[in-house]
Amino acid sequence: MSIPVFAPWNDPQEKPLIRFKNVTKRFGDFVAIDDLTQDIYAQEFFALLGPSGCGKTTMMRMLAGFEKVTEGTIELAGQDIADVPPNQRAVNMMFQSYALFPHLSVYENIAFGLRRDKLAKDEIDTRVAEMLKLTRLEKFARRKPHQISGGQRQRVALARSLAKAPKLLLLDEPLGALDKKLRQDTQFELMDIQETTGTTFVIVTHDQEEAMTVASRVAVMDEGRIIQVATPDGIYEAPNSVYVADFIGDVNIIKGTAKAAGKDKYYVDWGVNQAPIVANSDRPFTEGQDCFLAIRPEKISITKDKPEEAENAVQGEVLDIAYLGNLSTYHVKLPDGQIIKAQTANTRRLSRRDITWEDKVWVRWTTTAGVLLEH
Amino acid sequence: MRQASTLVLFFWFSGLLISALIAFFAVATFNGSGLASYLPSVGLLALAAISWLILPLHFKLRVLGLALIAVPYTWLLALFLVPFLIVFKISLSDIALAIPPYTPTVKDGFSALIQGLDFENFVFLTTDALYYKAYLSSLKIAVISTVLTLLVGYPMAYAMARAPQEWRATLMMLVILPFWTSFLIRVYAWIGILSNEGLLNQFLLWTGLISEPLTILNTNTAVYIGIVYTYLPFMILPIYAALDRMDDSLIEAAEDLGCSRLSAFWLVTIPLSKNGIIAGCFLVFIPALGEFVIPSLLGGSGTLMIGKILFEEFFNNRDWPVASAVAVILLLILIIPIVLFQKNQQKQAEAES
Repeated sequence: MSIPVFAPWNDPQEKPLIRFKNVTKRFGDFVAIDDLTQDIYAQEFFALLGPSGCGKTTMMRMLAGFEKVTEGTIELAGQDIADVPPNQRAVNMMFQSYALFPHLSVYENIAFGLRRDKLAKDEIDTRVAEMLKLTRLEKFARRKPHQISGGQRQRVALARSLAKAPKLLLLDEPLGALDKKLRQDTQFELMDIQETTGTTFVIVTHDQEEAMTVASRVAVMDEGRIIQVATPDGIYEAPNSVYVADFIGDVNIIKGTAKAAGKDKYYVDWGVNQAPIVANSDRPFTEGQDCFLAIRPEKISITKDKPEEAENAVQGEVLDIAYLGNLSTYHVKLPDGQIIKAQTANTRRLSRRDITWEDKVWVRWTTTAGVLLEH
Repeated sequence: MRQASTLVLFFWFSGLLISALIAFFAVATFNGSGLASYLPSVGLLALAAISWLILPLHFKLRVLGLALIAVPYTWLLALFLVPFLIVFKISLSDIALAIPPYTPTVKDGFSALIQGLDFENFVFLTTDALYYKAYLSSLKIAVISTVLTLLVGYPMAYAMARAPQEWRATLMMLVILPFWTSFLIRVYAWIGILSNEGLLNQFLLWTGLISEPLTILNTNTAVYIGIVYTYLPFMILPIYAALDRMDDSLIEAAEDLGCSRLSAFWLVTIPLSKNGIIAGCFLVFIPALGEFVIPSLLGGSGTLMIGKILFEEFFNNRDWPVASAVAVILLLILIIPIVLFQKNQQKQAEAES
């Protein structure tokens, strides 16, 4: 019995919940969103990732209704939402600052949206109790926001935005104010809640680890455009550009020129007096085309002795060792001055480690370890 | 335990220093014979210096700390409590044709002073309806003008807080600017505006809205205009401070959760500026209650305000004791709002910490 993979974006029958069609947003002369087209499906956990000023927050604020679209349309469940004011959209937002009402108790904060819908008192009570239970805040219902911790405030903000059971929940850097440990716990909590409620989540973050952990799909943005949209492993293993490869995690970029070497296989000429690198690539390259080979450090192994039968092996000298506890990253300087990072898991104790500074070492990788990119 | 010993030391030092001062001035005033008579004061100072030197450092620091705390209390004592006690003493005295115009005075000796004091003037205030009517009318005028100031001031503060960042300093400046001119001149200017031949009537006649000049000057309306105008900055500034501190995303959150612009204002903006509103109202109400210049310049014979009565008792009737009794009662009335105001400020400080 196999669990069906959740991938509505691959199903042509599926109707997207949100549809950005050639959306452009300008603030004066500044183009915040540049001709953007993107579909987001129901029950997705969609992450917008990018450096600050890339337009990810603007995209979210347009969904919430706080910013007007300059050109193009945004559809929610098939309807153009350009003229729907924020208070009439089936969209709720969790603010980066949480924006809890300081004069209202936790209970009243969560009930705020429900009261606006003029629900009966017992209905409100039931729904708020449900939300308090979901976010494990039952004990704090009577407290004011300034009387609870940062993590609890974050959960109140989440409960408040979920209380109205929106079709779409927007999360603007929801975990930015939490410390690392709490952030990791909360990430899993968020995923659980998303699964339990079946709500579509769109999250804005600049923390790539967070995006990779929680999201079903990640959109990497830069200067108002989406550079790549893919599942977390797709983004990591098969980036479509040097920008994405470099933005997500650590990467070695080797620049060279491509030369065909059989089916989907290329030689990359990359340095004087160096044997060409052999790399597999689905992406076609013409003879002599400039190309970039992106290889993750953990896909490069490091040895003291010259490896036999390695597809790609280069000799260098250990320049630096970054010891991270579970991992060690070796910075290996090649004869031409390029630095290659190789990462190994520290499965043995530190005293058994035989590679140290200024050692002559060999780094090697397979033909499928890297991705060959055009730009 | 330590606290107690610090206090003892503090009083020890202040006692030594004060008695040294007294000894010094006593000798200086009564022209003592030669340097030898300064010996007691020098001795006391030396004693203070020696005991200071042998103290351990942490005691020195604590005593200095107490001395620093004592500064504002001394200030309050000298500039509030002592003058109040003097006024209170005068209110218990009798009017007299003398300089000063009351009896008894300190010159009569202590026992005569104590025997000469009574509550006659306070009883007198209850016998003449003028006084309690003036208090009530002052209260009414203060309350109404506070409400009017709030109605005018809140939108202004709101507009300032919503204005683009680069305008705010200028707008703030415009609110404070009138303070650079004398208060008296500004109130006089209103006479020129509100009188029958004044700018306002001239303008209204010119536009044809009225055919007869309106009588505004020397009525309560003019007093309200004067108070609202004068105390407007005291209303605007605390409300502006409260609104300026407010996070804009709170309004967005309210709208996101289904509020219209108006209901977001009622449910979020107003409650969050509550402390500013309360502070502003007290800052207007308290001085307006005892206001004297505005009713006497802009008000008419029908305008009854306790500040005006006080002035007349003092300068026209030269009845210092009755005037002092009026002032003491006014202060007692004001204590209630002042205490409430302090409580509000304290609560606000606690909520923010």
